[in-house]
Amino acid sequence: MTDHALRSGQPAATTWHLAEEEDHDHGGNGATLLGFWIYLMSDALIFASLFAMYGVVSTGYAGGPVPREIFDLKLVALNTAFLLASSITFGQAMPHMEMGRVGPTRFWLAITGLLGAAFLGIELYEFAHLIADGAGPQRSAFLSAFFTLVGTHGAHVTVGLIWIGSMLVQIGQHGLSLPMKRRLMCLSMFWHFLDIIWIGVFTFVYLYGVLR
Amino acid sequence: MTDNSLLKTIFGRLTWESFPIHEPILFTTFVVVALLGLGIVGAITRFGLWGYLWKEWFTSVDHKKVGVMYIILAIVMLLRGFSDALMMRAQQAVAFGSNPGYLPPHHYDQIFTAHGTIMIFFVAIPLVVGIINFVMPLQIGARDVAFPFLNNLSFWLTAAGAVLTMVSLFVGEFARTGWLGYAPLSELAYSPDTGVDYYLWSLQIAGVGTTLSAINMVATIVKMRAPGMTMMKMPVFCWTALCSNVLAIAIFPALTAAFFLLMLDRYVGTNFFTNGLGGAPMMYWNMVWIWGHPEVYVLVLPAFGIYSEITATFSGKPLFGYSSMVYATVVITILSYLVWLHHFFTMGAGPSVNSFFGIATMVIAIPTGAKVFNWLFTMYKGDIRFELPMMWVVAFMLTFVVGGMTGVLLAIPPADFVLHNSLFLVAHFHNTIIGGVVFGLFAGMVYWFPKAFGFKLDEFWGKVAFWGWVAGYWIAWTPIYIVGLMGTTRRVNHFDDPTLQPYFIVAAVGAVVILIGILGFVMSIVIGFVKRHELADITGDPWGGRTLEWSTTSPPPAYNFAFTPVVHDLDAWYDMKKRGYERPASGFRPVHMPRNTGAGVILSGLALALGFAMVWYIWWLAALCFAGLVVVAVGHTFNMKRDFFIPADEVARTEAKRPALAEGI
Repeated sequence: MTDHALRSGQPAATTWHLAEEEDHDHGGNGATLLGFWIYLMSDALIFASLFAMYGVVSTGYAGGPVPREIFDLKLVALNTAFLLASSITFGQAMPHMEMGRVGPTRFWLAITGLLGAAFLGIELYEFAHLIADGAGPQRSAFLSAFFTLVGTHGAHVTVGLIWIGSMLVQIGQHGLSLPMKRRLMCLSMFWHFLDIIWIGVFTFVYLYGVLR
Repeated sequence: MTDNSLLKTIFGRLTWESFPIHEPILFTTFVVVALLGLGIVGAITRFGLWGYLWKEWFTSVDHKKVGVMYIILAIVMLLRGFSDALMMRAQQAVAFGSNPGYLPPHHYDQIFTAHGTIMIFFVAIPLVVGIINFVMPLQIGARDVAFPFLNNLSFWLTAAGAVLTMVSLFVGEFARTGWLGYAPLSELAYSPDTGVDYYLWSLQIAGVGTTLSAINMVATIVKMRAPGMTMMKMPVFCWTALCSNVLAIAIFPALTAAFFLLMLDRYVGTNFFTNGLGGAPMMYWNMVWIWGHPEVYVLVLPAFGIYSEITATFSGKPLFGYSSMVYATVVITILSYLVWLHHFFTMGAGPSVNSFFGIATMVIAIPTGAKVFNWLFTMYKGDIRFELPMMWVVAFMLTFVVGGMTGVLLAIPPADFVLHNSLFLVAHFHNTIIGGVVFGLFAGMVYWFPKAFGFKLDEFWGKVAFWGWVAGYWIAWTPIYIVGLMGTTRRVNHFDDPTLQPYFIVAAVGAVVILIGILGFVMSIVIGFVKRHELADITGDPWGGRTLEWSTTSPPPAYNFAFTPVVHDLDAWYDMKKRGYERPASGFRPVHMPRNTGAGVILSGLALALGFAMVWYIWWLAALCFAGLVVVAVGHTFNMKRDFFIPADEVARTEAKRPALAEGI
């Protein structure tokens, strides 16, 4: 907006109101994406706190098992591959969404969900195995922090799966309307965010744990 | 035996013993609260107001109504929190020598915990969030916030947390750990009863609300400002609201994580903050204070914004040093994140770490001092009107500066080793919170009340409130500063040294004077309502304001502005008045608005029930509520009917009812 009054010295020429109502409010104009991005940052800080907690007590073994004895890197590698692949498949869905192609979008979303479910299944298997071996979260502060950090990530993946499921239904109901595209953008950010967190977990918890 | 286990399955650890029938103080309170509650419910039913309340308020996504609901919640909780304060003051005034006082330690410890928890989480935060909610969208020329439903949900989650805290008064008991629930005392081994669980669940539920609200406010300020309002043309209050909410987003995750880990310790048996098996209790302190110290600034920055708006308005001048005010706010926001360790210098982190945090703390005094000078220079040679809001500002400057200076004193690690956990510290933070935050919130409420309701508060009772609070503050806390400097520690319910008693009697008198202030404020609303025609604000601009909220009517229409305003100058409304702005009388268009929804109330009700079930180990109910939460939350995403249009002729009718604003200019 230019300031007519200052230039011409004629107050009557000043624009005080928007002539045409551009819908600049109600979450349009990218407010939802910004808001979701800020939410992700706050979620990242929750993970930062859990990482910090893990860092402080990561050698608090209390005479119990140490990382080298309990981490099965092959299993974790498989798990990581599932999750990273799921990010790629989500990436496949997005161009189809942009083009408004409902079928392929749903197809790639479903594949993403399946990969996520596989990741979660392996994680639950790993947890069950550890608990059966007496390396449960109550055993030592190290194991408390390990289960909580990895489990919180897993809980997020579960939320992501529920979200993918409801999006599959909603895209079917409404097609790729503007609100649906916006939701898929948010879901996409959420899913990639979980990937990034997992890379942190994989590196600092599993790899670094086995090394020391 | 099977009978017993069946009862346990159904009711968890809830038994008849959980109800305080044998404690006369609690029982009397319960009876009074129950009668009062029945009276209110009865009156609402009698006058058939449930439908109105549900449709117009509870399910409302209007930022103004949500803001007002936040403020009502805060004022109700203020009465509870202040009752706790009076009980503590009465106990400490009499419990000397052979007199044990009337509150046993078991009860006294719950009272000081509840007082701190309620005053910060359910009074200060809702008041700040409420005022930001009401004022900020009006100041930036928006019609609502970025996420109207989220706003309603945030409020109800906060309310659910408050209700859960209140339930602990009559069912079971509240924490006895102090307002931050320090580990390992808050661990199951040392606090096996329901107190800490009530504390954790109510604050987690309310905390989700506060985080969502902060995200909402930041997105609103960044994305929804009126055209022409660049960041540096934004009112200072909006700047402080932005910084405060950015800070809230940065800190609440740490608190959520700390509480989450403590919950796991208590429910699952993990070892995060336990003494044995590798636990690290001080990690809890670190995480809690990474939230806790910046939280002070989350509260006080918007108060600084309120002072800035009022000083400029009542001095009849633009704010002195606008940009330095903005930079000072941003600097305080950043620095506040780097000082948390000064809350436990005595942890033993060593001289280097303590020096860093000590110096960082002292540095905050510089931008804060700059702000005080800016306010003083705004007043300098101004046309000052000492009306009620301005009186609060002056009282703030005189009171808060003392609190700031004792803060710098405490920031010196060697001095802190002596004063740690003393009543001097307690006096210091009450000095900054009452003198800084509470005075600011009262100033804000008095200032914006006519905008919200269309009439000013009664001036005489407003002055009673003012003098009660200001005089009461000094009478109550000066003696506490003195005994604290002499070494008296906090959270003690009985003293042996009789020479201290006069100080505590004076402090108790001060608390009673503050009570007069609180009642005066309630009276100023009541008498203001009685005299509402006399005190009515027909212009929409009762104080000669400078920012956009004064350009619309009091109270504003649901859509705030019939046309989205275009901003040319920093003090946009002052600019409009100066250049002979005339309100358009025709050409109205339909206004796009968000639709009310009951999902926020339902979700929060389920969260409340979930919290209660978890506190009492009623697992079936907890599982049911959790499943309910998921179903309702997912179900709500399937609701696509979220908006509607106010037709143009309805807008025209509303606008035509307005008194000619030209008279007000």
